[in-house]
Amino acid sequence: MMKTFTGIAASLALLGASAANAQDIKIGAVLSVTGPASFLGEPEEKTLKMYVDEINAKGGVKGKKLQLVVYDDGGDANKARTFATRLIEEDKVVAMVGGTTTGTSMAMGPAFDDAQVPFISLAGAVVIVEPVKKYVFKTPHTDRMACEKIFEDMKKRGFTKIGMISGTDGFGKSMRDECVKVNAKFGIEILGEETYGPRDTDMTPQLTNLRAKAGMQAVINPGFGQGPAIVTRNYKQLGINLPLYQSHGVASKQFIELAGEAANGVRLPAAALLVADILPDSDPQKPVALAYKKKFEEATKQPVSTFGGHAYDGLMILVGAIERAGGADSKKIRDEIEKTKGFMGTAGIFNMSATDHMGLELSAFKMLEIKNGNWALAD
Amino acid sequence: MARFLANRWISLALVAALIVLPGLILPSSYYFRVGALVFISALAVIGLNLLLGFAGQVSLGHAGFVGIGAYAVAILPARFDVPVLLAVPAGMVLSALVAFVIGRPILRLKGHFLAVATLGFGVLVAMVLANEVGWTGGPDGMSVKRLEIFGERIRQPRDWYWISGTLLLIGMAIAQNLLASPTGRALRALHDSEIAARVAGVDVARIKVTVFVISAVYASVAGSCLALLNGHVTPDAAGFLQSVEMVTMVVLGGMGSLFGSIIGAAFLVILPQALTLFHEYEHLMLGILIILIMIFLRDGIVPTLHRLLMERRS
Amino acid sequence: MLASFLQFSMSGLTVGAIYALVALGFTIIYNASDVVNFAQGEFVMIGGMVSVFALAAGLPLPVAGLVAVIAAMLVGVALHRLAIEPARGASPVVLIIITIGGAFAIRGLAQVLFDKQFHKLPGFSGEAPVNILGASIVPQAFWVIGGAALIVLAVTLFFERTLLGKAVLATAANRFAAKLVGINTGFVTGLSFLLSAAIGALAGILVTPITLTSYDVGTLLALKGFAALVLGGLGSATGAVAGGLILGLCEAFAAGYLTSTYKDAIAFLVMIGVLLVMPNGLFGRAQAERV
Repeated sequence: MMKTFTGIAASLALLGASAANAQDIKIGAVLSVTGPASFLGEPEEKTLKMYVDEINAKGGVKGKKLQLVVYDDGGDANKARTFATRLIEEDKVVAMVGGTTTGTSMAMGPAFDDAQVPFISLAGAVVIVEPVKKYVFKTPHTDRMACEKIFEDMKKRGFTKIGMISGTDGFGKSMRDECVKVNAKFGIEILGEETYGPRDTDMTPQLTNLRAKAGMQAVINPGFGQGPAIVTRNYKQLGINLPLYQSHGVASKQFIELAGEAANGVRLPAAALLVADILPDSDPQKPVALAYKKKFEEATKQPVSTFGGHAYDGLMILVGAIERAGGADSKKIRDEIEKTKGFMGTAGIFNMSATDHMGLELSAFKMLEIKNGNWALAD
Repeated sequence: MARFLANRWISLALVAALIVLPGLILPSSYYFRVGALVFISALAVIGLNLLLGFAGQVSLGHAGFVGIGAYAVAILPARFDVPVLLAVPAGMVLSALVAFVIGRPILRLKGHFLAVATLGFGVLVAMVLANEVGWTGGPDGMSVKRLEIFGERIRQPRDWYWISGTLLLIGMAIAQNLLASPTGRALRALHDSEIAARVAGVDVARIKVTVFVISAVYASVAGSCLALLNGHVTPDAAGFLQSVEMVTMVVLGGMGSLFGSIIGAAFLVILPQALTLFHEYEHLMLGILIILIMIFLRDGIVPTLHRLLMERRS
Repeated sequence: MLASFLQFSMSGLTVGAIYALVALGFTIIYNASDVVNFAQGEFVMIGGMVSVFALAAGLPLPVAGLVAVIAAMLVGVALHRLAIEPARGASPVVLIIITIGGAFAIRGLAQVLFDKQFHKLPGFSGEAPVNILGASIVPQAFWVIGGAALIVLAVTLFFERTLLGKAVLATAANRFAAKLVGINTGFVTGLSFLLSAAIGALAGILVTPITLTSYDVGTLLALKGFAALVLGGLGSATGAVAGGLILGLCEAFAAGYLTSTYKDAIAFLVMIGVLLVMPNGLFGRAQAERV
């Protein structure tokens, strides 16, 4: 028995050591490529692989090739933590771009902080970078920003009484909590609240109840995955005529496909990436967004989503930091990531600082409206 | 070999060697972490094996107790300033109480009916952990205060390797003692035939609840260790998939073999780490491997290998 | 009042009809072989996913559906031949673990063959909702409920009116006696997998326009279907269908009248409650214990 155990241990060690080229710069990624968040993890993985290949084809970073190590945590925080340790200890990566969900990112954060290896998370919740952890960064807009953007738009349209239906998954729950914290600031009152489970297939009972609330002017639906698509369809089915707001958690063409007709008129805050082709030419974000969209859609034959875009932003911020740091020193790279200024990504302009490990402003969000089955700018 | 393995002290020494020897040569804290995960899973699986393999009662919700143990060490120190070292036994007591209260009625059910009732319990625990955000941090989980001993924060996987290894050894010894006691004999009678056991004067209901409570305590301790090792807990720990994984570990290793529980746990913890090379095909391969093992070693890895060894001898 | 009651009921019946079909699939295999097949949910997934991809490849919907059913049946037979048959005689728990391994493998294969995104099928009769006494219902809901009823009817007729069906029933009643009268019980078990797979795939095709589908929808359906099966009383087809509908209705009413957050928990609590009063399920016969 002992023999098999050490045998396995030894072969694991070999696996870790093989294929490593001392000259390469190793970067890691723990992503939820399978499991409930796989629709996020899959485009992230494809994006990272695609761009690492491209960078290497162009001669690498400072003459050194990038080597990408990807592990799939299946959305499980405990597995993610194990893979994080493996990246740090065995693969000896200089930095990591990954962490598909807030749960996995929060579980991995301390491991990277302890090991002093920079970690750029691709998950939404504000808790990842607030309070600031020295080695933890993130690229997507926070859920609090999404709430603020939506409430801002509601206020502009004169809505003050709203209903909320949210998913009980990590994304939905976290955004719901943020929305409940900031609604008063915008003078918005939440009249009724309902929830649905991550794999629920019919939300008509919840929406029937929500509909019964008198005086409601709009409904907001924090959630990701297939849930919001079903909510949107049920919303239309029940003939609720109030404006419906979705979150950046559905910012992919797939949402429109799944929700069909019902998606028309839905508003959501999202990165400019989704509307790259209709941005005015003067918009400085247009070339970046358009280039990413083209490359992703050609390579994967899938419509672009902002999820893959966050991975692009994370990778490019890291590559920029490695270039400025002049080599594979994790601590120097961390310092350089923190100094990222004016980086134009798919999510907007990043200006990081010692107190802001995300670096996006509310203006990075665009309010979109779905019209005739396509994205359009709402204002 | 049979008598060799059956000897309590020798099999304990074997487990001890399995813990100590790798501990001396493992190269990095990644291996220590994987090792610690094996021991923690094995501890929970030994408890479940007492219930499933020895008493013949199915539980598809045992991860619920892992969740209770894990969140006890997360919530009590964070919200009530209970010292971490006290939170572990508090979790054990809580798990035991819950197991006692629900065990009484649902253990009257048999077979698949019991499976569904325990499944419901597990789902319930996972839902409470995911939904009571104010207490548990919700689906994204909450961070766990580290264990401090003599002012020293215990956070290194290496430390947890030794702590969980020691706990596994203790858990194994307690399980062996239990099986050698009159309760253990009653358990086995129960497994063979509930009616025969009853006729022989065994208080079947009491024995079932007792072993259910004991297995819940094992799971709870494992959950506490897992939370302290990670420094972070999420409701996944209590999820249905974890419960199924625990049952799979028991059956793979061998129902009714304590040593098998360790092997079953080691198998399912280590294999995915080795399969990452095949990435996309990982789930497919894992599924096929489980099927193959169950077809060719249908009594579980340890009992079947043991029997084969015996046959070759004679 | 009535309108929302009707709305909740239709929601519950639609979801429940799918649980019922999954539970029916469980029952057929369980009766023929004593195996609780945890890969049953994967057949539903195959039904949905294969239809989606066949439709995208240009096949008309009925043909795409047929392809999906055949694909599921092939997988069902393969599961039986490659995983269940070689393990014949193993204990029930071992067989369950084998089917869990099978579910894992099927899901793993699906994620390689298809993708990890969600997909939908168009509603068979459009998407415009129908208004009944103030409740608005999508036409697909009638397809699901009607389709499920037809499938249950067909299965009942098969078992009661055909020689083959009777052979399955005989095997279920007493495997040994069935063998003695010349029934090829291995064939019968294989047939039960074929039938269950077809039912699962049909359920997947019917429901995908409403619920959407992806490579991993099977797990939860297997869990709910198993619960429905046991609630109804293991081995009874009537029980399986009733169990499924009750579970679906419980969830919908809990979400509508009590709390949407704990609706699944409430459904399970109701179920545990029922089992405590009726330890053999709603339609299960009390079995004499074997000594």
